[in-house]
Amino acid sequence: MFAFIIRRIIQAVIVMLVISFIGFSVQHSIGDPVRDMVGERVSEAEREALRDKLGLNDPFLTQYFRFVKNACYGDLGISYFHNKPTMHVILRKAPATIELIFATTIIILLITFPVGVYSAINPNSWFSRVVMGVSTIGVAVPVFLTAIILIYIFGVELQWLPAFGRGDTVNIWGWETGFLTKDGLLHLILPSISLASIMLPLYIRLIRSEMMEVLETEYIKFAWAKGLNRYRVWLLHAFKNTLLPVITVIGVEIGILFAFTLLTETVFQWQGMGFMFLEAVERADTALIVAYLVIVGVMFVVINTLVDVIYGFVNPMVRITGSK
Amino acid sequence: MKKIFILGIAALMLFSFGMTANAKTLKLALDADPKTMDIQEQLSGGMLQFSHWVFDPLVRWAQDMSFEPRLATKWERIDDLTMRFHLRKGVKFHSGNPFTAKDIVFTMNRFRKSADFKGLFEPFGETKIVDDYTVDITTKKPYALLLNMATYIFPLDSKFYTGTDDQGKPKDAVLKVGYSFAKMTLPSGTGAFKCTFREHGVKMVMERNADYWDKKSPGNVSKIILTPIKEEATRVAALLAGDVDFITPVPPQDFQRIQKDKKVDLMTYTGGRIITVQMNQKRLEPLRNKKVRQAIVYAVNNFGISKKIMKGTATPAGQMSPKGYYGYKETLAPRYNLRKAKKLMKEAGYADGFTATMIAPNNRYVNDEKIAEAFCAMLSKIKINVSLKTMPKAQYWDEFDRQPADFQMIGWHSDTEDSGNFYEFLSMTPNKETGYGQYNSGNYSNKAVDVLTLACQTETNLVTRTQMLQEIEQMIYDDAGYVPFHWQNHSYGVKKGVKAGPIINTLNFPYLGDLVIE
Repeated sequence: MFAFIIRRIIQAVIVMLVISFIGFSVQHSIGDPVRDMVGERVSEAEREALRDKLGLNDPFLTQYFRFVKNACYGDLGISYFHNKPTMHVILRKAPATIELIFATTIIILLITFPVGVYSAINPNSWFSRVVMGVSTIGVAVPVFLTAIILIYIFGVELQWLPAFGRGDTVNIWGWETGFLTKDGLLHLILPSISLASIMLPLYIRLIRSEMMEVLETEYIKFAWAKGLNRYRVWLLHAFKNTLLPVITVIGVEIGILFAFTLLTETVFQWQGMGFMFLEAVERADTALIVAYLVIVGVMFVVINTLVDVIYGFVNPMVRITGSK
Repeated sequence: MKKIFILGIAALMLFSFGMTANAKTLKLALDADPKTMDIQEQLSGGMLQFSHWVFDPLVRWAQDMSFEPRLATKWERIDDLTMRFHLRKGVKFHSGNPFTAKDIVFTMNRFRKSADFKGLFEPFGETKIVDDYTVDITTKKPYALLLNMATYIFPLDSKFYTGTDDQGKPKDAVLKVGYSFAKMTLPSGTGAFKCTFREHGVKMVMERNADYWDKKSPGNVSKIILTPIKEEATRVAALLAGDVDFITPVPPQDFQRIQKDKKVDLMTYTGGRIITVQMNQKRLEPLRNKKVRQAIVYAVNNFGISKKIMKGTATPAGQMSPKGYYGYKETLAPRYNLRKAKKLMKEAGYADGFTATMIAPNNRYVNDEKIAEAFCAMLSKIKINVSLKTMPKAQYWDEFDRQPADFQMIGWHSDTEDSGNFYEFLSMTPNKETGYGQYNSGNYSNKAVDVLTLACQTETNLVTRTQMLQEIEQMIYDDAGYVPFHWQNHSYGVKKGVKAGPIINTLNFPYLGDLVIE
């Protein structure tokens, strides 16, 4: 176990270096941060002086090594737009994104499990057919379109739900949460449904097909033959064995959810990391872009490591082959 | 007894009605919030809007483009180089410090430390205190635009911004990057509103200044909550959903939607930003030919672009100066005439056309990418084949300076609200040393234009100066020095009852201090 974790940490460090290197290499094609900092009329000489001061005129490798050196001390640079350390900016925006992903995950779980299981048990009912049909469309509709349609229906036409932002938040030990106010929860509904919409069809189909496969296995047939209660067969014997592959996929898909927060947060003016990142790209705030990539990279490595560790605990076969 | 009771209730109700009528909150959504709290750090439309809410200038532009006294009550020219300003008495900054002539000197000196403002204030000399409420502002040479520039002078609280802060850094520092006191601290101005809360990029709260000097202002907004909403569709949705009361800008594709809705109003106002394309004569041989350039201008259907792409939110232009500027000449109308364009191409010997390249931004001006596409389509009718590349503004300006394409789009708004500024930056022969023609990527050059533009800077006689400016405009028009499209209109979406009409202007500085909400 110890060797496994050490190996993972070494891998993580390499991943970090690669990500930061790529981030650094692309930053020059994103644009010039100095342009956004000064007005359009500022002379070339003034801009050049500012660029010198920021160290943007140094050779690429000098800049990169300076960044790595500072990063070792936990300093990921200062955002040109926010004028604050990038770490500080990202950590401030993180709660919004994490809450959004949390709410989305709950919605996904609450909807996909019952629907998936139902349509596996009754594959020919009209409900299952409708769900399968709709989910095909669901996969094809891009998330920002879903979001705008939801805003127009529930925000503009019906006026039931707020159209943008996070609403009232409460600060608990430095964590801005929207979970504790009614306003905050109302603001959470549309963004989390939009974000969930991309994952729902996938999970319903995944659970359905896994479950149908399990229902065909010998031990389920045996359970039927034994005359067990049908709910017991479905929910205990069949469903439990459907879960394992589904959990694995969920672990990986959380990463994809992160990627889709970029669009969802921008449409809803949701003040999270995704919104911040897109804005940073637009403003060519390269320091913030690189810092975001590095931090998200760390998160991915941590999540993947956790999934691997948990998987090892759950499934002994993985542990045995993994230790060799 | 009963009567008195009823009367009392009535009075109370009236009183409380009066109270609620006076306490109005305005929920404002812009595409971006002020970038910094230091109004001298960045020169941009957004920062100037903010300056008008929290600070006051010496004078400001009225809707009819006349000067309206603000912190200066009177002014007079003493000689060619000096203008004397009499300052308003009894004005207090939000910090409680009184406003005096010392603050003007402090403000003028601090402009010189700001990279963004340095250039604009280059013509200015020393600022002399005559007494506590009188200052003489001088220029190095006779300068026609001194009063125009006074609209940029928002006096800062010299006491508040002097000394060292708790980090031991000077409070008056103007810094682009990293911490500075003025940038991070809620400002102390003289304006109608006082900033009480700010989370950059998320929210800003401004509350009415109870001691505001302008007692005549009809404004009844007691609190402004500013939220930046970058996404256009979301901004419009927020207004239609009733989440906000005032949005700007409104994307043209949503104009109809807002007009149709009974709960909201759409307001537009002619703006001063001209959208153009420059034709690079250094890069492409045919563009050196005046007839070819004229043919291109004749091939462009300005009215079609304003109507179809801008949905009527732009005024078709044949020249750079918008109406109301001294350089504006009534006769210089848009020249769309396809037959004439083809004829000119033939005369120039390019009846078979040629190929060219073009770059344009895709998120800088309203519908910039679509305009560029339309331009290319229009040129194809006179057999000029243009390959277009568009890019986000973060990358565009560096490219623009490198001049990698034959046609380059640029929009321009005159900082001084004077025609001369257009010619200095866009039409004069580019010169690295003097900085003139800095944004003339067409490399258009006409000696007479250069000489006259410089002469205008020092000409203080208004009649002569107007003649000179119009002459320049005519010369560039005849030379077809660039392709004009239109002046972009400013657009505002407001909830019914928000009386935005009287407070908007060509400059896109909605004077929210004077805003009335019913």
